[in-house]
Order: sequence, then C-alpha cells, then structure tokens
Amino acid sequence: MSELMIALYIFVLACFVGYWVVWGVTPSLHTPLISLTNAISGIIIVGAILVAGFDDVGPLAEAIGFFAVLLASINIFGGFVVTSRMLAMFKKKK
Amino acid sequence: MRLGPDLLALVYLAAAVLFILGLKGLTHPASARRGSSYAMAGMALAIVATLLNPAVKSYGFIIAGLIAGAAIGTAIALKIKMAAMPQLVAALHSFVGLAAVLVAVGTYLPRGQKGALGAVLLGELFAGAFIGAITFTGSLVAFGKLQALISGKPLRFKGQHRLNLVLALVMIGCGAQFVQHDQLWILLAAIFIALALGVLLIVPIGGADMPVVVSILNSYSGWAAAATGFTLSNHLLIITGAFVGFSGAILSYIMSRAMNRSIVSIMLGGFGGGKADDPGAAAAAADKGIKTAAVEDAVFLMANASKVIIVPGYGMAVAQAQHALKELMDILEGKGVGVKFAIHPVAGRMPGHMNVLLAEADVPYENVSEMDEINPEFSTTDVVLVVGANDVTNPAAKKDKSSPIYGMPILDVYKAKHVFFVKRSMKPGYSGVDNLLFYQDNCSLVFGDAKDLAEKMAVELKAV
Repeated sequence: MSELMIALYIFVLACFVGYWVVWGVTPSLHTPLISLTNAISGIIIVGAILVAGFDDVGPLAEAIGFFAVLLASINIFGGFVVTSRMLAMFKKKK
Repeated sequence: MRLGPDLLALVYLAAAVLFILGLKGLTHPASARRGSSYAMAGMALAIVATLLNPAVKSYGFIIAGLIAGAAIGTAIALKIKMAAMPQLVAALHSFVGLAAVLVAVGTYLPRGQKGALGAVLLGELFAGAFIGAITFTGSLVAFGKLQALISGKPLRFKGQHRLNLVLALVMIGCGAQFVQHDQLWILLAAIFIALALGVLLIVPIGGADMPVVVSILNSYSGWAAAATGFTLSNHLLIITGAFVGFSGAILSYIMSRAMNRSIVSIMLGGFGGGKADDPGAAAAAADKGIKTAAVEDAVFLMANASKVIIVPGYGMAVAQAQHALKELMDILEGKGVGVKFAIHPVAGRMPGHMNVLLAEADVPYENVSEMDEINPEFSTTDVVLVVGANDVTNPAAKKDKSSPIYGMPILDVYKAKHVFFVKRSMKPGYSGVDNLLFYQDNCSLVFGDAKDLAEKMAVELKAV
C-alpha cells in the first residue's frame, strides 16, 4: 500500500470518528466546541516546525516557517485559553 | 534526545486519542473542562515530539515563533469580551488558513523545481495551499462583518456566481498545470486566485447567516490542516484536520437545518437585509392592531406567574442585557416563579452564542433549554419575555405558506398565555418578514433598549 493510500485510510476513518464524537456534543457547548477545534487545528504547527527547522533552507523559507509557527501558536494558545475561560463560566445551580 | 520514527508515531497517536477524549468531554458541561485539559495535553505532546524529530535542525525561529505566539494568543484570549467571541473565532480561523498556505509554500521552496517532489505530493501541496487561502481571506471578511468594519448586508452584483465558478475552474486548472510543470509561479497564481475566491464567497452572505459562515470556515480550517497532513505524510495532522473539518461541517448542517435552508442556498447568499429600515413599517403595523405595554404591566404578570420563559436573541448580545436578565431571573425565583431561558439554535452570530453569554452572567446551565426540549412547555407558560429575538418566534414559519421563512423551526412562543416582546422599534427582523406574533391577542410589545428595560423590570419587581 502506498503512502497516499495509508494516509487516505487514516483520513476516512478519522472522519467517521469525528462525525460520531461531534454529534454527541451538547448544543449549549457549541461555541466552546468551535474554539476548541480552533485550538487543535493549531496542530498545523507541526508542519510549520518542520518548515522552520530544516537545515539550509534559505532565509525566505526560514521566515515563512517562523510566521507559520507564530500564527499556529497564536491559535493554540488563544484557542485553549478562551475555551478554558468559557468553560469555567458554565456552572451548575448553587 | 531524538525520537525515532516509531516512537514519534506513537506519541502522535497518543495526541490523537487525547484530542478525541477532549472533544468527547464537550458532551456535557460537567465533563467539558476535563476534556479541554486532555486536548491541551495532546497538543503539548505533539509539539514536544515534533521538536524532537531528527529532521528539525535549528530551533531559533521555532522557539521565537512559539513564544511570541503564546504571548499574543494568551493576551488576546484573556482580554476578549464574551460578546466578541464570534470575531475572535473568525480571526483564529484566518490564522490557520494562512499558516496552511505558508506551510505549503515553505515546504515547496527548498525542494520544488528540482523534480524532487512527485506529482501526488505536488497535488497535495496545491490542495493545502488553496483551501488555506480561501479559509484565510474568507475568515477575514467574516471577521470584518462581525466586527462591523464592513457592512453586514449581503453584497451582490450581477454575474457573481458565474465569476466565482470561472475563478474556481481557473484555479483548479492552475493546480493541474502545477502538478505537471512543477513551477513556483503557477502555485502562487493559484494561491492568489484562491485568496480572491475567499473574499468573493463570503461577501454575499448576510449578518444573520453568520452562524453558518463561522461553522463553514471552521470546517475549511480543518480541511486545510488535513491537506497539509497529506503533503507532509503526517498522520496526526490528517486525523486532527478530519475532526475539525467534520465538526465544522456538522455545525453548518445543524445551523442550516435550524433555518430550514440548504447550506448551498446560504452560501449563495443574498438573504435578508432587504427592507429593514423602512420607516413606513411602524405606521403600517400600528394600523394592523398591535398592542403595546408598559414595564409595569409585564412586571405585574410576571410576579403573579408560576412559570416565565425568557427568549434571548442577538439583540440581547448587542445590548449586553444578559446580566440584567440574570438579576430579573434571581428576583423572580426568589418569589417562587420558575424561570427558564429558551435558545434557538441560530440565535446570535455563532452556534451556542447565547449559551456563552448567559453562562457569563452566571445563569446556571440547568435553566437554559434548547428549542426541542422547551417547545412543549410554552403552552403551559404564563409569561414569555422575548429579548432581542424576532424571526425565530414568528408563527408565520408555521402558518403562512407564502412566507419566506415558512418551514423554519421556531420557538412556540405564540402558545404562551402572555408574551411580552421587547423591541427597539417597529423594524422587522433580519429576514425582513413581518412577525405575525405581534398581531396576536396574547402579545404586547414593550419598546426600548433591552438592557434598560430588563433593569427597569428588575427594579419594579423588587418593589412588588
């Protein structure tokens, strides 16, 4: 099986997992769901790190990598912090 | 320390599992915080493991970017007001999109044009770049609309959809050329067209359709990450991208269903914003026999009710009336009156917007009900107070087959014994459709600012 096929298997199965998990999310938490998925889509930082960290890529690729890491990092921290802030507000009756 | 490929893959697998547990936590408010901690742990694992990847040689730029991003992200997230959450989310989506474009170009630059990249990889690279570019500019436009930097009204012109179609075809053509000829300028041309497409796709969509737009862009940002994962053969990126992509897609579906419109019709845009400022509307409405009520009337009936339901909408967010409504709720509950909030899925500017604002005002989540859950209760409710919602309470959606909103699920406010409808003016709702509720005998309008009126009601109630 080629690299692409393995990736495709993983992708399709992950789609199903995502489908089932997200349908279970309660509507009252849809905003935190969006901000949490926002934070985890910052996982693109993995790609950004690989761009920025390669040897001898030249200053342009390095600069591009730096900006990609910066943006993804804003997403991760911004997304998680704001999700935590929101979730802390959802309280039960005292 | 360096991680071998298998160990790296194992850590990524753990991160993926933690992300699943994180999303699963959002099934209930009680488990949500634990869930978000799982997701954070997954992210920390993924970042550390990637830094220990032997392919990473230099750390200066990475650490600088990480720290600067952490500082900026945390500062924004701590400062942002809850009412501005839709804007923040749109801005963050745009960052993911731009990052995907940068990663695609950054991956290509050192290796491309030398035949080092196969056709499949070039195709994947193109996909990551164009989805990222559309996400980037589309989210910027959504941000501009939500932040009121640009008009929330749909922007339409002749041949709009045809132009978009032509651009999309040219872009895909560029992609095909890029795969064949492996030239940087073709990739950049495709990215440029995608950037334009992102703008053109979102400008025709009006303000009240924003919950769908935010969800769709959420979805795009996921697909952009997944496509990048294909480029880099990084399975964690593929998995996470698929979760986010599906999450956004499901939310878009839920939102469009709650408006009884197809995602396609929303994306084509142009709905609403039509005759919202018609000055003749007030006079015409008065002729048709609407009733108005004073704060005292509403207070008297609420104080003597056994059950009150409050229906908030975007107007509550604009007036920042949630704290005053919470006070009203406390006073009523102190008098033995049961109080609930009823939320329509598309109330506000993003999915779950009202729930977050009410949570901010310390309304316990047990007092907040979703549409399907609360609709059977309206017929046994003494008083309904509608604050800043309109179309989602319009019985025309059920009774008038010629109405543009016919078939849209609504909150069955019209079944209650008394309805007090807080309104700034006689302007019709976002859809431009007249609300039939106003002409019912059980409905009275209370004119004024939502926050002022809620505060006045609280003061009056205390005195009763």
